Amino acid sequence: MADLVERVLKEAAERESHYKTIEVHKDIELEIDPGNLLTVDTNPLDATKLKKNREEYLKSLARDNTQLLINTLWQLPTEKVDEAIVVKLPDPKTPIPREKPVPKDKALTKWQQYAQLKGIQKRKKSRMMWDDQSKEWKPRWGYKRGNDDTQEWCIEVPDNAEDPNVDLFAKKNKEKKERVAKNELQRLRNIARSQKSKVPGVGLTPTEAPSKDYLGKALALARKSTASIGKFTDKLPTEKPSKHTGKKRKFEPNYGDVERESKKQLKILNHIQNRIPIVNTTKAANRHIMEEQRSRARRRREEDGGKQKGGKNKGGGGKKKGGFKAGKKGKAGGKKR
Amino acid sequence: MVLQRIVKPKTQQGKRFLEKREPKLVENDKQAMFIKGGNTSSVVSQALKELYVLKKQNSVTYKRKNILRPFEDETPLEFFAKKTDASLFMFGSHNKKRPNNLVLGRFFDFHILDMIELGIDKFVSQAEFPGGKCPEGTKPCLMFAGETFEQDVEYQRLKNLLIDFFRGPVVSQVRLAGLEHVIMVTATEGKILIRNYRVLLKKSGSRTPRIELEEIGPSLDLTLRRVKLASDDLYKRSLKQPKTVKPRKKKNVSHDAFGSKLGNIHMQKQSLDKLQTRKMKGLKAQKRKSQSEARQSSAKRSKGVDT
Repeated sequence: MADLVERVLKEAAERESHYKTIEVHKDIELEIDPGNLLTVDTNPLDATKLKKNREEYLKSLARDNTQLLINTLWQLPTEKVDEAIVVKLPDPKTPIPREKPVPKDKALTKWQQYAQLKGIQKRKKSRMMWDDQSKEWKPRWGYKRGNDDTQEWCIEVPDNAEDPNVDLFAKKNKEKKERVAKNELQRLRNIARSQKSKVPGVGLTPTEAPSKDYLGKALALARKSTASIGKFTDKLPTEKPSKHTGKKRKFEPNYGDVERESKKQLKILNHIQNRIPIVNTTKAANRHIMEEQRSRARRRREEDGGKQKGGKNKGGGGKKKGGFKAGKKGKAGGKKR
Repeated sequence: MVLQRIVKPKTQQGKRFLEKREPKLVENDKQAMFIKGGNTSSVVSQALKELYVLKKQNSVTYKRKNILRPFEDETPLEFFAKKTDASLFMFGSHNKKRPNNLVLGRFFDFHILDMIELGIDKFVSQAEFPGGKCPEGTKPCLMFAGETFEQDVEYQRLKNLLIDFFRGPVVSQVRLAGLEHVIMVTATEGKILIRNYRVLLKKSGSRTPRIELEEIGPSLDLTLRRVKLASDDLYKRSLKQPKTVKPRKKKNVSHDAFGSKLGNIHMQKQSLDKLQTRKMKGLKAQKRKSQSEARQSSAKRSKGVDT
């Protein structure tokens, strides 16, 4: 019994001795980042070995470091994916700078705010819909859409129409154009609002049946839109002074909130005392330097462009185009230029 | 991702193209540009070609010569980066003053972040090594050796730049048999040595294999020339990660060894004298009883005294 155990142990030892060891000894532990498959070795390098046989020394060093990395990787949890053993890597530890800055949270559009308030959910509509008239499936929007009122071949003139000679087809087309323009306007206003740029008031948009209020507003606006802001325009006989005055300028009351007033005055005093400038000098200086560099580069490019006008080479990258066009562009991935 | 542009793209392809280039929470793999300067020696052009092969899936090479001087004028490079949506570049040139020059750099928001100029002292091409090549697109194992990488600021940035350049796409899973390529960068005596090896997994007594290396690929001996690093605050800004990507640690919640969830509650100090406990009627009666007893006993005592 005892010699059986001895024999088994001897065989195991023999088997092990056939294979080389996977252990590596290092003075200073390596920093291993398995997420990036990275090892950083801070041990001092052997200068004599580097001089004598550089390549072998580097190879042995690389072998040791790779062995340590592989040892760490083999400890990680594994899976079997499509007949291959795959190891799950943790997140990379080394901080690497991003390509582009972190995107800012987009502001919600007017409709999205309203929908959130009311709890309206978005419902996806299918592309095809059943058109009863032509008894077939047609796209809900776009080319050859079903239920398109601008494509009607016959429109009945209603009995109570004011003017029976008005072109109803042209009218429908005009309405469609107005709807498209309104949508575009709303979209641009949403963009302007998200970029926090000031949106000028639209004023009054044309409507089919203007109300009394609408007419009053239109009258006031028309009066105001003269060169002297309506001061010298004669009033109509029954015109009352308009209630739609412009923006009010707000002033602080003379008396009232003493605390607020004292806070305001102290703030001004603080600014004067600490000499906080209104203009950020460093920012202004940097901007000036950048402008100088740009103008210098532009001047140099113009000079170079003049010299090499007949040359084949397109020097200096060419002109800067403001914003690139959408469309078919070369995709990256080994495309030669 | 909704595009907010004044001029909307007219085709779906255009829209997808623009969405790809927008800043995102989780970014695309970094693309690299390989550019040749006005005059290139055979050493430089071959080095560029072989390094391009390493990053073929994520790179763009400019076939024509471009007369650029990265350290003097950065604007043409920034224009190229914007055109091809690349954030890494390698520019090779050769002149009498700077022979066999290689400029490695990266962009942040299409402006130059870091630029490091290296001179190639010795270059041994891939063809001269007898060993086989690694298949294209394998994620390499990166190795840095030498104390200079920890001590010197410029070397630290160079290390970061080389990791950024060669690491390839960030993946969550890696096929164990596919770890074939090793790039080793050593810094000694002012020189930077880059060596490429192929990994051979041999049997060992245990589950983890024994590693043997075979030298392949280009071997470069470089010297550090000029350096243009980003300022500290710009570098910090470029390292900022979006908050949603990082998992938030829940405070005051912990798990013990048995897997049960424990919570921490912080309370203010309570005075135990003024603690409001339940009203026990039984106890109350006893109190009154004891009081009446005390009165009776005191009355008895006084009576006794009188008589």
